[in-house]
Amino acid sequence: MKQYFHSVTLDTEKCKGCTNCIKHCPTEAIRVRDGKAKIINERCIDCGECIKVCPYHAKKAITDDFSRIFDFKYKIALVAPSMYLQFKNKPDINAILTGIKALGFDEVFEVARAAELVTEATRKFIKEGDYAKPLISSACPAIIRLIRIKFPSLVPNVVPILAPIELGAWLAKEKAIIETGIKPNEIGAFFITPCAAKVTCTYSPIGVESSLVDGCISMKELYLRLLPVLKHLKNPEQLATAQLEGISWANNGGESSALESEHHISVDGIWNVIKVLEELENETLDDIDFVEASACVGGCVGGPLTVENSFVATTRISSILDNTTLSPSIYGWSDDIYNASRWKVPLKFEQVMKLDDNLEQAMAKLERIEEIYEGLPQLDCGSCGAPSCKALAEDIIRGYAVETDCVFKLRERVKKLAAEMLLLEGKSSGKNE
Amino acid sequence: MSNNIALHYDIDGKDFTMAGEASSSIKKVLGQLGISPDIIRRVAISVYEAEMNCVIHAGGGFADVVINPEKICITVSDNGPGIPDVELAMKEGYSTAPNSIRQLGFGAGMGLPNIKNYTDEIKIKTNVGKGTSVEMVIYIAGKQPNI
Ligand SMILES: Nc1ncnc2c1ncn2[C@@H]1O[C@H](COP(=O)(O)OP(=O)(O)OP(=O)(O)O)[C@@H](O)[C@H]1O
Ligand code: SF4
Ligand SMILES: [Mg+2]
Repeated sequence: MKQYFHSVTLDTEKCKGCTNCIKHCPTEAIRVRDGKAKIINERCIDCGECIKVCPYHAKKAITDDFSRIFDFKYKIALVAPSMYLQFKNKPDINAILTGIKALGFDEVFEVARAAELVTEATRKFIKEGDYAKPLISSACPAIIRLIRIKFPSLVPNVVPILAPIELGAWLAKEKAIIETGIKPNEIGAFFITPCAAKVTCTYSPIGVESSLVDGCISMKELYLRLLPVLKHLKNPEQLATAQLEGISWANNGGESSALESEHHISVDGIWNVIKVLEELENETLDDIDFVEASACVGGCVGGPLTVENSFVATTRISSILDNTTLSPSIYGWSDDIYNASRWKVPLKFEQVMKLDDNLEQAMAKLERIEEIYEGLPQLDCGSCGAPSCKALAEDIIRGYAVETDCVFKLRERVKKLAAEMLLLEGKSSGKNE
Repeated sequence: MSNNIALHYDIDGKDFTMAGEASSSIKKVLGQLGISPDIIRRVAISVYEAEMNCVIHAGGGFADVVINPEKICITVSDNGPGIPDVELAMKEGYSTAPNSIRQLGFGAGMGLPNIKNYTDEIKIKTNVGKGTSVEMVIYIAGKQPNI
């Protein structure tokens, strides 16, 4: 099996083995072993909770080095709307886009524009009427991965339409090919990303065989490069075309309000989303047509690679739009766009928690897990490096841990050994006499 | 190696925001066993409904699950008031849930009919004043007898 690539990784040097992260991971994908955290790759959904919670900043998202853009003859920056909201002095969108271009790109593409088209495509998809209710937005890749590994029965409910970055990359590249005549493999599209999950979905894409996004640059990094440029920027180009409808995708609730769907809910924060998905799976939420769910609190403005406090950032949308002169967009709605936006590869459930391919073997293992669990203190203290006693029991059966990783078990064992030694000593000294 | 797994869950009757825990735990176990999503879903919904009934109508109880390679059997039992007329209780829309519960979105009288829909077998044993047990069986794919 191909190794599953994902973006969240550990900076081993910085990790102190403190176990803070293990209980904050919604899919129990982190263990502390030999004094360092380890991520179980296939369980990680890249939600970034561990990045946010690590006191030593030892969890990071792998992104591309900025210099990678120069591997391509023609360089496109795909700019997420959350980028517009990162600046204290609220520069207008034209200035931000011009500034990004000045960093070395030939073209900037507003992902918000693609978001508008995705909204249009979703509307059309809903009108066609052939789907499982309620629909779940496919915009946040962390949530899609969560559904894939933890909520199998909701897999058919995910809207089978590309996320705005993927559609954006397609639109921007098509345009570049037509306008410049440059060969497709010489055109690089780079996404300025607010999170790890979106990096992952350029490697393990959703809905397509391979992603058209060639790399991802951290929003934080780009921000630092952009600040000095913005200070001296004069006469920005008229580049902004995206409207409120697309830009509001940056915060949670934006996608549903753009859809104008009547019975929708928007949920943010991974733990809240899990609760709602549980309820959906139990069929206890009636009367809901559309669920917008973001792993980050506040939506993408709360992404782990953003700079600004998400609550503050959200309030800036309207004032920034007021500052900006919008130009008419060159992208009109068409059937071609609809066809391009539809998934080519269906979403599949992944049984990452399965103990064994053979049911009877799996049952035997499960029984052993229960037995081991019964013998553990059931305090879920986390000192063993697993998030719960159940998880440790499972790790032992999977061969990743041993019972004496539990400090209580270890103490018991040491006590017993000490007692045995005393006994032995007594015996041997008895003989000597 | 024995050929079945037995699990036991207490269902707390005091706090019904906690209800659903047995259902979630069972779901997790079935995932570890590699049971197909469709079956997991049917089990989860059925257990959830039975669990809710146990909390709302009977003040709590317990769930016992036995899994063998052919089927999943779940029994949700309580020492509550019992059901005087089971046939009536099984009817869609029949509910004795008080208003306070209905305001919270329960009490549509769809729980038992849903369980009937999603399980292969359902048996209700009940004694007025003594309690109720709801036994549910779901066959694992390919093992369904001809019903
Ligand atoms: N464990 C139980 N103990 C006592 N009475 C029960 C029990 N389970 C169900 N009942 C009775 O059967 C009726 C029908 O149950 P059912 O689950 O179908 O509907 P409900 O619980 O009232 O509403 P809903 O399940 O739609 O929220 C209940 O209103 C109640 O009178
Ligand atoms: S909410 Fe947005 S920023 Fe956060 S993980 Fe999902 S896609 Fe990334
Ligand atoms: Mg009920």
